[in-house]
Parts: sequence; structure tokens; C-alpha cells
Amino acid sequence: MTSSSTEARPAAAEIFSRSVAGAQRPPAPGPLFACRTFAWRTLIKLKYVQDHLGTAVVFPVILTLVFTYLLGGAIAGSPREYLQFFLPGVIVLSLVASSMMSALTLNRDIATGMFDRVRSTPIWQPAVLVGTMGGDVLRYALTSVVPLALGLLLGFRPDGGFSGVLLALLYLQLFTFSVSWLWMFFAVLIPQPTAAAGIVNLLQFILLFGSNILAPQQTMPGWLEAVVKLNPVTHAATTTRGLMHGDLASGDLGAGLLACAVLVVLFAPPTVLLYSRKQR
Amino acid sequence: MTTNPALAIETHELVKVYGETRAVDGLDLAVRTGTIHGVLGPNGAGKTTAIKMLTTLLRPTSGTATVLGHDVVREASAVRRRIGLTGQTMALDEDMTGLQNLILAGRLQGLRHGPARARGEQLLAAFDLTEVGNRLVKTYSGGQRRRIDVAASMVVTPELLFLDEPTTGLDPRSRSEVWQMIRDLVRDGGTVLLTTQYLDEADHLADELTLIDQGRLVARGTPPELKASRAEGVLEVQLVDPARRAEAGALLAGAIGASVEPDSDSNPSRLSVKIADADRAARALGELARAGIGVEDFSLGKPSLDTVFLALTGHSTLDGTREEEAEVPA
Repeated sequence: MTSSSTEARPAAAEIFSRSVAGAQRPPAPGPLFACRTFAWRTLIKLKYVQDHLGTAVVFPVILTLVFTYLLGGAIAGSPREYLQFFLPGVIVLSLVASSMMSALTLNRDIATGMFDRVRSTPIWQPAVLVGTMGGDVLRYALTSVVPLALGLLLGFRPDGGFSGVLLALLYLQLFTFSVSWLWMFFAVLIPQPTAAAGIVNLLQFILLFGSNILAPQQTMPGWLEAVVKLNPVTHAATTTRGLMHGDLASGDLGAGLLACAVLVVLFAPPTVLLYSRKQR
Repeated sequence: MTTNPALAIETHELVKVYGETRAVDGLDLAVRTGTIHGVLGPNGAGKTTAIKMLTTLLRPTSGTATVLGHDVVREASAVRRRIGLTGQTMALDEDMTGLQNLILAGRLQGLRHGPARARGEQLLAAFDLTEVGNRLVKTYSGGQRRRIDVAASMVVTPELLFLDEPTTGLDPRSRSEVWQMIRDLVRDGGTVLLTTQYLDEADHLADELTLIDQGRLVARGTPPELKASRAEGVLEVQLVDPARRAEAGALLAGAIGASVEPDSDSNPSRLSVKIADADRAARALGELARAGIGVEDFSLGKPSLDTVFLALTGHSTLDGTREEEAEVPA
């Protein structure tokens, strides 16, 4: 904000002349380019937003340490024993928490003028949703690798070996993509950012703790077991555990995939519809 | 730009109804290509709603709107390819830097990353933001945010730029910078439609004005035309001794043959009188001198746009300002 920078101000002709390369209107961006633009934005934000980094790295570490050492002995006899059960679950837990971030960004975009600016440009509009989710793939990979590495260090020994773990991570990308439609749905449905964040957080809490992530559902009272079995997070956790330990029943795999399908079918169409009808 | 039709924007009987509210109620707009067109009106007059329909963000309830020769409903994507928009609420990602926001805006228009970056740096320099270009927008001052927001709508020089209250909340210097950019854009053949609540902004910046109230057109013309439509001028007198205000008022009223307006700016030593010709003003000032009433300053002027607006609608353009400001998220 010094006066010298004002003097350096480019002349008007230089800024708006149609002979300046940058000022000319380029051909309309294709869908892929539009998606890559939003993926880029997601990754940029990963660098700057401590929230994102916190959910992706710090949160899983703390969770793993607290549950394994504080409660592991009480729940499974020994921390090491509990780790074999809990670690696949903690990865699911971190991913579900992390999957909310993009939805909350979208919600803020709608609340501010960003949504209007994006919609007044010639891009392929679904890129906002699809591109953002694409950028999330890397974030999810990071989110799942951090607790996994920590777990291996602390004595987690997956019987499914390398291929089992890899398959589990691939399955988790699919599941996280599916569950993020649930958050996107609320992000588009609820206009006020604080209200949207409140509902999404509450729902996340219910989904995570009303599941078999922390303890096997067989140890729960019958009514709770029934509820837990309806929770898609339960099936995701069972599938992840099974793949990592190499003892996945085909029925459980089916349930794990079905949970993804149900989430997408239930929440993706209304989200896209609500988004495209917004303010019409 | 000679191949362009004469009108960049044309609407007929444009209506937008929200439930019971007729936000825009039969608006006929005509904006000539290559001009800065100001839309002036109080809050709730329908300015923002009209802009949202013209930028394809809202579907009109009825009526037609043509932007750069394209129908805003049937040819929305053609419209989007040729316009730029800076809305009333900031279209910025606070968790990105100013430059990254400009790159994002450029990529949304189809620029590759490299050119978008080069263009962003050029705009940062033009808006005097180079020094903060690599800082996160959440650390920016209000003026810096507004400027980067306006810059983002100019990343690709739009043929038609919509600015919804572009200088609201700006300090005078940032304001004049934004004004200059708008003038530069138009000099190169662009068209700008801006809404404003600031009368001086409408007066100094706009080539032509549309006054709207309650969703309807009230008057249209150049600022001088609109002012001339109210024939009388105003004589303003600043007295040395406020205690003699009543006496001076009576003298002026007698000499001019018009009543003294109750002064709204609560300055007890100021008086203003509507006046038809300058001769009478001179005579009235002579009367004051003869009566020994000291005059510190006087001015004889055309009515302000606010006077015009008041005369046409029965209320000022500034009605309800606070209400809308409260809606803008912090």
C-alpha cells in the first residue's frame, strides 16, 4: 500500500485491451478442466486450512493413542490386542470426519457470493461437486495412511498382508466418496453455515459412535445391535477389518458395497437436483 | 464494438415474485452499449434481484430480458460466456490467497493455469494489491477484499460487467481506484451496469441512470437530465449567527417567494430555499445584507439526485440502509 506501487500501475490499455493475451476470452472450459480446477482448489486449501490438516493428520493420531492405551486394555484385554480390532475402525472414523470438510466449504460458497460467481461462469456446473470430490481423493489417502503407519508402528499386524491393506484402502476411498454425498446433501439443503455445520457434526457423531468401530456389535444389547447393523459405517468398518485381516466373509463384503450404493443412490440425486435448482 | 447492437441490456415487463413479494415488478431497462449505467434506488427496490435475473442466476417470473442479444433464460450459457459479475456479497475463498482467488476466477473462465496466474498478477498490480497477493484473503482489510473481488470479475475482460454496489464499505482511495478501473473498462468498449446507493457515485461515474423504486422504473436519463427535470435550483446559506436563523428564513422566503426547507442536516446555521432563477437569489442575499445578518457562505446549485429521487418517489434513496447491511455476513 505504498505510493510507489500506485505509480507502477499498468495503464488501462494494458489491462483491458483485447490484444493482451490474458484479457481475451478463452474458449469455454471443458468438464474435465472444470473438475481439475475444483480439485486444485481443494488441494490448495489442504495446505492452508489447519482444520483440514488437523482432521487429516492430528485427529487420527490422537484417537489411535487414546483409545488403544486408555481403553484398549479394558475392552480387549490388552492394548495390542485391541489395536488389531480398532485400527481399521479408526481409519474409517478419520475418513468420515475428514469427508465433511468439502461439504462445509460448499455450504460456505452458497452462503457467500462464491456460488453466484461460479454459476455466472460458463463452466460445467456439476464440476463444483465432482471436481471437489476428486481433489479429496488425495486428502483421504493421506488421512488413511497416517493412522495406518502409526498402527503398524504400535504393533498392528494385518493378516491380509500388503494386498489386503491395499484393497481395504481402495474400498475406503469408495466408501468415503459415498458418505460425502450425505454431507453434500445437508450442505446444499441448509443455507446457514453454522446450522449446517451443527447438523453435520451431530450426524457424524451418531454415525461414528452408533457403529461397531469401537467395540464388536455382538457385545451390545439386542436393540442397539439392531441399530448399529443399520448404520453404513458399521458395514464399512467390518469390510475394512475383513480385508485387512484377510478373513472377510463374502456376505460382509456385499453389505459393505451395498452401504456405499445406498448412500449414493439416496443422497447424490437430490443433492445434484437441489444444487442446480438453488435460487431458481 | 461497432457491430454490437445499440443496447447491451433490454428488459420488458420483467417481474420476479417471491411468494407475496413482487421484488421486481414490471421493470423496463435499456442500457446502451459502451456506457456506464447506474441503477439507483433504496434497499429493497429490486436492484439485486434484477441483476440476478440479468446474470442468469434467477429465473424471471415473467417478462423478457435480453443481454448482449441473448435471452437470459433460453440462452443462459451464451450470456454467461460474455459477462462478469461482482455481487454484493464477497465471492472469495478466505482460505486462499488473493492471487489464488484470481487464478481460480481465471480458470473458471477457461484460462489455463499459467495465463490465469499472469493475468492475476497483472490485476493485483492494477488494484494496488501486489504486496498482499500471497497472503490469505482472511487477513485482508475490507477495502482489499472488495478490490480483489472486483478484480476477479475482470480476469477475462467482460463485454458486460455487472457490479452490485461495488464500492460499499470502501475507503475513498479504494473507491476512486475502483471507479478508475470501471472507466478504463468502458473506454475499451465494455459496458458496465452498476447498482449503487451512493448518489455521488451515480452522479460522477454513470453516463446514464435508471432510478428504480419498489421494483419499478421511476425515471431514466443522464444525471444532468434528471436534475434538470426538477426545474428549480437550491440556494443554500450558511449564517454567521445561528440565533438569527428564523429572521433570515423569513427574509429569504419573502424575497424569493418560496418556503424555507426545514434543514435535515441539523446544522442550526444553515438554510436552504428552492429557487427558480438566479436573479432572485441575488436579491435575497441583498436583503440579508441590508438587515445586517452576516452570511458566512452561500451556494446556488442544481438539486441533488437525492432531491430528484425524493420528489419522484416521496422518499430518499437512503431509506433502509441499515437493514440490508445487517444481512451481509461478517
